[in-house]
Formats: sequence, structure tokens, C-alpha cells
Amino acid sequence: MPAMPFTQTIAGTRYVFDDLRTLLARATPFRSGDALAGVAATSAAERVAAQRALADLPLARFLTDAVIPYEADEVTRLIIDRHDAGAFAPVRSLTVGAFRDWLLAAAPEAVTALAHGLTPEMVAAVSKIMRVADLMQVAAKCRVVTRFRNTIGLPGTLSIRLQPNHPTDDPRGVAAAVLDGLLLGAGDAVIGVNPATDNVEAVMRLLDMLDTVRERFDIPTQTCVLSHVTTTMLAMQRGAPVDLVFQSIGGTQGVNESFGVTLALLREAREAALVLKRGTLGDNVMYFETGQGSALSAEAHHGVDQQTIEARAYAVAREFSPLLVNSVVGFIGPEYLFDGKQILRAGLEDHFCGKLLGLPMGVDVCYTNHAEADQDDMDALLACLAVAGVTYVMGVPGADDVMLAYQSTSFHDGLTARAMLGKRAAPEFEAWLARMGIGNDAERIPARLSPALIGLE
Amino acid sequence: MTTPALWRDLRRFTDARVGLGRAGTAQPTVAHLDFQEAHARARDAVWSALDVAALEASIARPVLRVRSAAADRREYLLRPDLGRRLAEGSTLPAAPGCIALVVADGLCATGVQRHAPGVLDLLVPALPLPAAPIVVAEQARVALGDDIGAAMGAAAVVVLIGERPGLSATDSLGLYITWAPRRGRTDAERNCISNVRPGGMSYADAAAKTAWLLRAAAALGATGVALKDEMPATALPAP
Repeated sequence: MPAMPFTQTIAGTRYVFDDLRTLLARATPFRSGDALAGVAATSAAERVAAQRALADLPLARFLTDAVIPYEADEVTRLIIDRHDAGAFAPVRSLTVGAFRDWLLAAAPEAVTALAHGLTPEMVAAVSKIMRVADLMQVAAKCRVVTRFRNTIGLPGTLSIRLQPNHPTDDPRGVAAAVLDGLLLGAGDAVIGVNPATDNVEAVMRLLDMLDTVRERFDIPTQTCVLSHVTTTMLAMQRGAPVDLVFQSIGGTQGVNESFGVTLALLREAREAALVLKRGTLGDNVMYFETGQGSALSAEAHHGVDQQTIEARAYAVAREFSPLLVNSVVGFIGPEYLFDGKQILRAGLEDHFCGKLLGLPMGVDVCYTNHAEADQDDMDALLACLAVAGVTYVMGVPGADDVMLAYQSTSFHDGLTARAMLGKRAAPEFEAWLARMGIGNDAERIPARLSPALIGLE
Repeated sequence: MTTPALWRDLRRFTDARVGLGRAGTAQPTVAHLDFQEAHARARDAVWSALDVAALEASIARPVLRVRSAAADRREYLLRPDLGRRLAEGSTLPAAPGCIALVVADGLCATGVQRHAPGVLDLLVPALPLPAAPIVVAEQARVALGDDIGAAMGAAAVVVLIGERPGLSATDSLGLYITWAPRRGRTDAERNCISNVRPGGMSYADAAAKTAWLLRAAAALGATGVALKDEMPATALPAP
């Protein structure tokens, strides 16, 4: 059945948008990835025409008009099959424009309760007619709390993933970066290493090392080696101490296939991690990373704009009750997000969409050296995210990831964001920092964190 | 060595920016300016060009030259699709059953210029199948190797490519291995070795691991997530 086109006239010019995915794409604030895909609006006027047409669209339309056909894509099937009509009831009769107003006026409890009644496309649509301040304000209303060995996402907290990467996975190099991060208050979200290779033996060595560090220092947190899910499953079969199962995911079946995963495989991996029963406070055992542009990069975007597809990835994530989800917003490069301005908006969109859909959403505030961005851009994004209540950000020694060759937030940046906004670490971790005497001395390592305990001699 | 007691002592275990100290919650001035300098150098490296004549001279084997469909650096950065396709009118000789070797500039020519010849010297004799003539490709993405491998009818392609420059290293080389190359292969169908440079993976380790993966790929008939890197650490030759 051919879809009815959408039309909008502004200043005497009539704009026609053939279908819902085209309307969404044309309404999207400009970014290089949508231009690369050939779906961006070709003028500022066309964009605002699309935004006006989108604002008039009933939210319920997204339940009957899929941007990628139900039959063709398992992510669409997941979105439709899991939709909670009861949770949707308070906003069922609203248009996208009225939904924006509703979100801005609503109480935090009402916004939080909507999560499973919303689809990624609804959330992406409303974000497209929001300013940055709107995205921040509404995201700050969402409450999402997850647990494994500590409690993440409580109001007034800002957690940090300690990312101690090393170019050759050298255990002592990784351990030194872990200790450095702990001394700067990082690590309550997770101590998570990106391995330099997907070699299962190397991954198991890192898992053992991280688990040893956690036990020696008795840290109330979780560890993770961010290898491919199939490698982590192999490590679990061989008895490795796996707290969290990591995987990069995307918003279409095709992009997930390009990552070598399916929903069934993710289900299997989660079951395997649950059986280990390593969480002491909760059983959120999954950790996902996402990022705008991955679907186009894998040529699996179906003519849908990159931000809408990113939001669809969050439907995949929430199916598995993750402990942590973050967009790696500036990692993908300038062909998708060209400069600091595009990265800033995308980071806040991703955080907003993830939170509204009920995810413990963090953001890797980051950029690569071929993007038109620098530390000032990252400072601005981090500050905006912290105000918006971001669940966690990354902590990398000196903001320089020596393995992945990109810049993320430093341990110092995390401390600064907490200090400026009065945010605190996860409560169990904060108590541990105090117990260990961390933060009292800017030169000496406290005796309880002796490097000798973790093999640094 | 004694047990470190001072925070800055952690620096001896890693090149990461550990033990910087702090000024309030921020980085001290010296650390801040060190970072700014490194970023400036990396930004300049992105725009560095491959010196093909010098590269040919140091490879000491017959070399074929191709370009991607991206006309210049700016188009290359904004149009990765063009960087994955051979320029119109490119011709390459057939090399059926061989392993195609592609030396590509990627996001930073510096690492390729410095390290590709050294890796090739060790890799070519270790290949499980004959080597096709080496192809040097400009304005190239990893997937340009699929076009090149398919045009040559090669059994597999190894792309030696400049990695995106980081702050600590602006000369990293990556190797991407793809069995039965053809346009449309996804990244899940490749195996990757990264960070080949002084201070990262050695030429010898990179060549040995590539050869191991190619032998395993030949047995399996595939690369990518189906091919697990289970090469034992002890199989690496001594450095």
C-alpha cells in the first residue's frame, strides 16, 4: 500500500515528503552523515517545513507506520511486539508537537512511567523539534537505576567508567591506568578495558587481572573486557570471571549483522552471564555501546536518518535490562558528525532518547583527530550532559586513549563535572573512596592502594 | 625497582597520561599544554600525504598504483563511500589464488610510509599462498581492498593501512585481512590487527599473526567473527 505523502507549505512554497522516514530525515537538524546518505533536507526552509509537518503528526501513527518494514527487520518486530499500550495511554492522543509540550511540563514520575509506552521513532521525532535546552531539561526528569555490585543512576550522582586501555593489553600498563583512575575517583560505572585484539586468551588474561585488582582493593564495582560477545561467551565457557557482557549494537537487523550479532545471540549471552550470579546487588549484566552513523557505515540504514536509527538501537538495548548503555558519540568521524556543534547536539539527543526509553544512559564525550573539534567542544558537551543528569561518562588518563587513538573525557573532567554541579559517585563507591583515603593527597598513593598489591613493583 | 609510592611513579608502566597530578580538580598547566601540542600534531598528520615514490623505493618489489574515487583529502573525509571504490578506469592484473597486498594511506600516511615496508619484508615470505604484486592505494579506505582483491581474483586481501592518528602515536599501521574479497563485504567479515608501530605491536608479531590468520582463514574458508584469533602467545617468535 503506497503511503500518503506529507505536505507543508511555508512562505508560499509547498514541500512534499513521500513517507514517514523521509519526513523524519528532512526534519533532522543538519549533520554530515544524513547528507552522505542523501536523506538530509536540502534547505533550511525545507527542514523547518518538515519539522512543522512532523509536529502535526499523531504519535499513534508510529505504531502503524514503520520506518523499516516489520517483515524485513527484527528490530522493528521487537519495537512493535514489545510496545506497552498501557504505558502509552497518557500521551496516546497527542501529536508530536503536543508531546513536546507535555514532556516539558510533566512531572518526573510521569515522564519516567512512559518509557515502555514509547517507541524509538516517537522519541526521535520529538527530539527533532527540540532545542538543546529542551533535550537537557526533559532528560533530567527521567529516573533510571541499575545495579550489579553498586547502585548506578540515583538522583544527584554522576558515575564514571574507568577506561584503562593499553596498546598491547600489557597487564601492568592497564593496572597502572586503573590505579590512576581510582585515585581520581573514577570507576563506579565499570572498570572496562577495550582489548587491542579479540584473542580469547588475551581477553581472559585481562578479565583475570581486572578481577584480581577489584578483589585486592575490595572495590564495590564491576569489571568488563569489551570484546565481541562471542569471545566473551567463549571466555565464560572457559571459566573466566565475567561480570558484564559487552556488545556494540545498532538500530537495524542489518547493522547488527555487520557487528556479527542477532537478538537471539544477545539473549544467549545474557543467559550465560546470569547463570554466573556474580552481581551482589542486582542482575543487570549487559553493557552496550551505540553511536549515530554505524548503520550507514554498514550500509544497513534503509534510507532512515542516523539519529532515528540510533534511537532504535536503544530498543535493542532495553530488551536486555543493561547495567550501562552509552553512545560513543564523536568516535565515528566527521563524515557522520562533522564538528563540535554536530557532536554536541547528537550527544544530547542520544542521551535524551535513551533516557526517555528507560535506559541507564551514559555518553562517551569524544572526538577523533580528523573531526573539527577540540577540548573546548568536549567541555561544553560534558557540562550540558551533567546538567541533563547523564548516568555516566568515560574516564581516560589525560583524556587521551592510547589504544583507540581518540580523545574522551579525562578522570579530571569527571571530577570537575562532579565538583561544579555537586554530583557524587555511586553511594557504595563513594563510601569506598572515603575508606581508602582517596582524594586527600595529590602526590602520594594511599597505603591501602599500594601498587604492590596489584603487581606494580 | 621499588614499589611506587608517588602517584607520578605510575608513569613508568604505561605511555598513557597517568600520574599527571591535579590543580584543584583540573589538569596542571604542563599536562594541559602537553595535550594541546599533541593534538595540534595529530591534526596536522591527518592532512599528511603519501610519498608514493619514496614508498616504492623502500618496498623493493614491483608496485602497482591505484587511487580511490575520492578526488582529494576533504572529499575523502566526507565521502567514505568514494574511498571504498576504485577510481574509474583502474586496471589491475589477474592474480587468481594469490594473496593481494594493498598498502593504503587511510587516515594518516605517516605510519604507512614508515612501517609498511618493514612489515611486508617479513610478511611476504610467511604467506601461505603466493603474493600478488603489491598495490599502493591513495585516498583509500579499508574496503577498497575488496575492490582490488576482486579485480585481481585474489583468494584473500591484506590491507596495510594508516590508522587514525592519536595523540601519543601518529604513525600506527593497521592490517585488515579479508578472505574471498568482493564489494559489499562487511567489517564482521574481516580480521584486524592494529597498533603496529614502535611501542605497539612489532613488525614480526604483526607478520606472524597475519600469516596465522591467513592459514586459519584458508582452512575455514572465511575471515571475520567466524575466525577466532586463538593463536597461542607462545607461537610468536621472540622479539
